[in-house]
Amino acid sequence: MSDTTAPVGAARPASGIAGLLRHTKYVLSENPITAFAFGLFLLIVVAALFGPWIVPYDPYASNTAMALKPPSAAHWFGTDQLGRDIFSRVVVATQLDFFIAVSSVALVFLMGGLAGVAAGFFGGWTDRVVGRIADTIMAFPLFVLAMGIVAALGNTVENIILATAIVNFPLYARIARAEANVRREAGFVMAARLSGNGDARIVLTHVLPNIMPIMVVQMSLTMGYAILNAAGLSFIGLGVRPPTAEWGIMVAEGAAFMVSGEWWIAFFPGAALMVAVFCFNLLGDGLRDIVDPQRRT
Amino acid sequence: MLRMILKRLMIAVPSLIGVVIVTFLLTRALPGDPAAYFAGPAATQQAIEEIRIKLGLDQPLIVQFGRYVQDLARGDLGMSLTTGQPVATDIRARLPASAELTLLGLMVSMLIAIPLGILAATRPGSLADHACRVIATAGVSLPVFFTGLILVYVFYYLLGIAPAPLGRLDTFLSAPPQVTGFYTIDSLIAGDPEVFFGSIKQLLLPALTLAIFSLAPIARMTRASMLAVLASDFVRTARASGLSPATVIVTYAFRNAMIPVVTTLGMVFSFLLGANVLVEKVFAWPGIGSYAVEALVASDFAPLQGFVLTMAVMYVGLNLLIDILYGVIDPRVRIEA
Repeated sequence: MSDTTAPVGAARPASGIAGLLRHTKYVLSENPITAFAFGLFLLIVVAALFGPWIVPYDPYASNTAMALKPPSAAHWFGTDQLGRDIFSRVVVATQLDFFIAVSSVALVFLMGGLAGVAAGFFGGWTDRVVGRIADTIMAFPLFVLAMGIVAALGNTVENIILATAIVNFPLYARIARAEANVRREAGFVMAARLSGNGDARIVLTHVLPNIMPIMVVQMSLTMGYAILNAAGLSFIGLGVRPPTAEWGIMVAEGAAFMVSGEWWIAFFPGAALMVAVFCFNLLGDGLRDIVDPQRRT
Repeated sequence: MLRMILKRLMIAVPSLIGVVIVTFLLTRALPGDPAAYFAGPAATQQAIEEIRIKLGLDQPLIVQFGRYVQDLARGDLGMSLTTGQPVATDIRARLPASAELTLLGLMVSMLIAIPLGILAATRPGSLADHACRVIATAGVSLPVFFTGLILVYVFYYLLGIAPAPLGRLDTFLSAPPQVTGFYTIDSLIAGDPEVFFGSIKQLLLPALTLAIFSLAPIARMTRASMLAVLASDFVRTARASGLSPATVIVTYAFRNAMIPVVTTLGMVFSFLLGANVLVEKVFAWPGIGSYAVEALVASDFAPLQGFVLTMAVMYVGLNLLIDILYGVIDPRVRIEA
């Protein structure tokens, strides 16, 4: 029966907005750290959506008279070697980093989630093909494979998203496969089949929604990794190019100034990166504790 | 034991085949026309055609793949345009630098993480336990290049106790005669304490950066598996038999708790080899990671392919080693195999 296989506390299809709000409130009151992470997450979303309109300076306007100034009241995070305001650049960069993370996670959910569900539900050769692909990807150190993919396909933001999605594929495929596998003989699947539903319909409208809670936790946990991966790639010069405001590349630009004491150029974008990743990891951990309490460590 | 090793080797073969196929596909996925790319921007149409035939790009994909595998079997990874050397030679020359750094990083990380994890598990709720939890969450959130830069700022610029982040040795010291390629070991063999301490000094910060990065999963896993083992029946029996707490923890619990930790080492290596590239860039470390990054900047493709392939082959090898090590620690695995 679906009741015995679905994890405890999994999102029951809440009726309308009131149910959704009630569930969110439950999730947040359960754990103050999760609530804190959720607050940070809202801050990141606001910065990503409205960043360009709320920053005090133009993130691309250079002002050589004000170059390399330490943090002050006028420039909270100081200025870089071209006199650009680092605070404005850090805030505006949120949009691009957030966009890369969200789209790569959405992409890998589509690829890995669907492939995994199909593998777990159908078994047989589908399972073997998906398993073989996942094993091949896992045979590479993930960041190295991402480097190779971006270098081969071309140095663009789209390819960074694609590469980040591909290296996360095995993780999603495995989880979705395991979850779908325990549900293939579940009562609600049998009931759906008896009512004359085809396999594709059962997978998409019955099995997939049932494993969503666990997939959402996974998405939240991999968001942090996706941001780190993308920032790492742009740190070594892949994907995003200067003068674009992006955390990884801003750290790379500030790296040379670290040895001469201008710490703020690399520090603030790096700290923003850290806070964002920290926030997603906390959020993911908190969500997992609620959806799947047995895996709490 | 031998049979188990052979069996593991057989399992590694499909992974290697997959790796070769993927790296081949990555070479053929080059944006635009590879022949035009290798011919350079000033090449005529005829020159491009010649190069196409020379590279075998006019052949069907499967024939190209055959040639690629043949080249690999001869250890030929192509030529680097920037250094003018065969890629295999370059990588062989630079590999020890990366290996020395990565292994030291892993050693430092295990030396901190395993005792910390054990402390956290034996004294739940203590300072060590909280430290373990904070480190486990913070460690995975820190971008490795950022940690490296902060360490450089604090220990080189502010405190002045670390050397400039510029490679494996100070410029006034010369490299020891090559035996293993590890400067620390080679200098000891040559009996040159000055070079030994010089290379240790240069290694310390980058190795620490890698260690901070890989601490989290090891500490977390040690803590979790130690907790599970300490709650098990055989530990209770050992305690009830009046063995000292130290004996129980070291000889009974520790050995059993290490089994899942060794398994996570595979994942740790995946992160470590990737992080290595970033750390090498921060510390201008002349390893294969910075070789790949330099090649990237110059759009030099063969070194990058060679790098990806080398890393993947090493990673498959490391996983194989971990599997074998697993059998050494856990006799049950040997019996099953």
